[in-house]
Amino acid sequence: MNRWSRDEIASRVARDIPEGAYVNLGIGLPTLVASHFAKDREFFLHSENGILGMGPPPAPGHEDWDLINAGKQPTTLLEGGAFFHHADSFAMMRGGHLDVCVLGAFQVSVTGDLANWHTGAPDAIPAVGGAMDLAIGAKRVLVMMEHLTKKGESKIVERCTYPLTGIGCVNRIYTDLAIMDVTARGLGVVEICQGLSFEELERLTGKKGMLIEV
Amino acid sequence: MISKVVESLQAAVADIENGATIMIGGFGTAGMPAELIAALVAQGARELTIVSNNAGNGDTGVAGLLKAKRVRKIICSFPRQADSYVFDALYRAGEIELEVVPQGNLVERIRAAGAGIGAFFTPTGYGTLLGAGKESRVINGRHYLLEHPIHADVALIKALKGDRWGNLVYRKAARNFGPVMATAARCTIAQVEEVVNLGDLDPEAIVTPGIFVQRVVPTPRDTARQ
Repeated sequence: MNRWSRDEIASRVARDIPEGAYVNLGIGLPTLVASHFAKDREFFLHSENGILGMGPPPAPGHEDWDLINAGKQPTTLLEGGAFFHHADSFAMMRGGHLDVCVLGAFQVSVTGDLANWHTGAPDAIPAVGGAMDLAIGAKRVLVMMEHLTKKGESKIVERCTYPLTGIGCVNRIYTDLAIMDVTARGLGVVEICQGLSFEELERLTGKKGMLIEV
Repeated sequence: MISKVVESLQAAVADIENGATIMIGGFGTAGMPAELIAALVAQGARELTIVSNNAGNGDTGVAGLLKAKRVRKIICSFPRQADSYVFDALYRAGEIELEVVPQGNLVERIRAAGAGIGAFFTPTGYGTLLGAGKESRVINGRHYLLEHPIHADVALIKALKGDRWGNLVYRKAARNFGPVMATAARCTIAQVEEVVNLGDLDPEAIVTPGIFVQRVVPTPRDTARQ
């Protein structure tokens, strides 16, 4: 099979976000999406620490440490961009004002439960940041992740075994193997990477019946 | 003549008591009032409860306060970072109490305190470990958790400019928690890069009106630089 690269996944996510959308890209893999937006279209990138209209990373030597993104890396502001305090920023996230957020995940369940903040390991230090607010607040929640763990276990599960971030909050999942929509009947497979059949995808994902052909 | 300007960092933090709850602005190091925190370390208050988004970076700022063993408890959303080794060691040794709060609930609890709200219902955290044991309610078919305000004795924040009435403007994304925390503490102390004359701040652009600020401490940028 021909697995999609991280950039190929990101380009598929970018393709599905309409021009003019207010978008929050989570830390890690989702930040790749920004570089795949068509250059002739405008998007409003939101950063939880009080930025709308976030631009690309600064050129080396032009870092301003008062202008950082949610991952605490230097960023820039586009013309027309705005700064605001944290309560306004989270009103945007929690009040349903963001059109799309893209998050990474440890696991997603067939009913759209998301686990992405805590491994649950006894010695792990819990740190949630804005993940739970994004999960319940954005109009559309897209997840970007590898389909399988390094041990080959499916990250798409019947029920999450990792601590939950939100219940029934995910709309669409993009992995290196497939794109799937969370529906009332199961995960509707929208696209599969070249050279992988629906049956093979089903076998890699888990039990029969979790995925449906649409 | 009213002046909230306090010329020294030491004088600004001199009356902070043992056991105080202290909000500290900043997201990572952006907006973190590093000089005020250093003055607090030197002042020596102990058994503090700290409310801040993170639990310190490197060895200075919030991490410096933790390293000096002045903190009993920290309320934050994201303690674990690449350079949070001071906190990590204290936490693993059981020497600090941690309350992790989703970031939106954290800032809204602070906002609620400043706005006189008794408690509020929020969907964030419902059905998760962080919602366990909290009162919940279904409103218009959606599940919500009851969350309570976080009040503080003192807020330490960083702004770009302030005047003698305590009006503040901030710089870029260093604004973050500052304006919200300023409303929620009995005594808000702002370190500013520059104290300007009354009238120099555009009244249409003042972010924190002086009613929320008790002390303004000039802390020039060359020393405030991270």
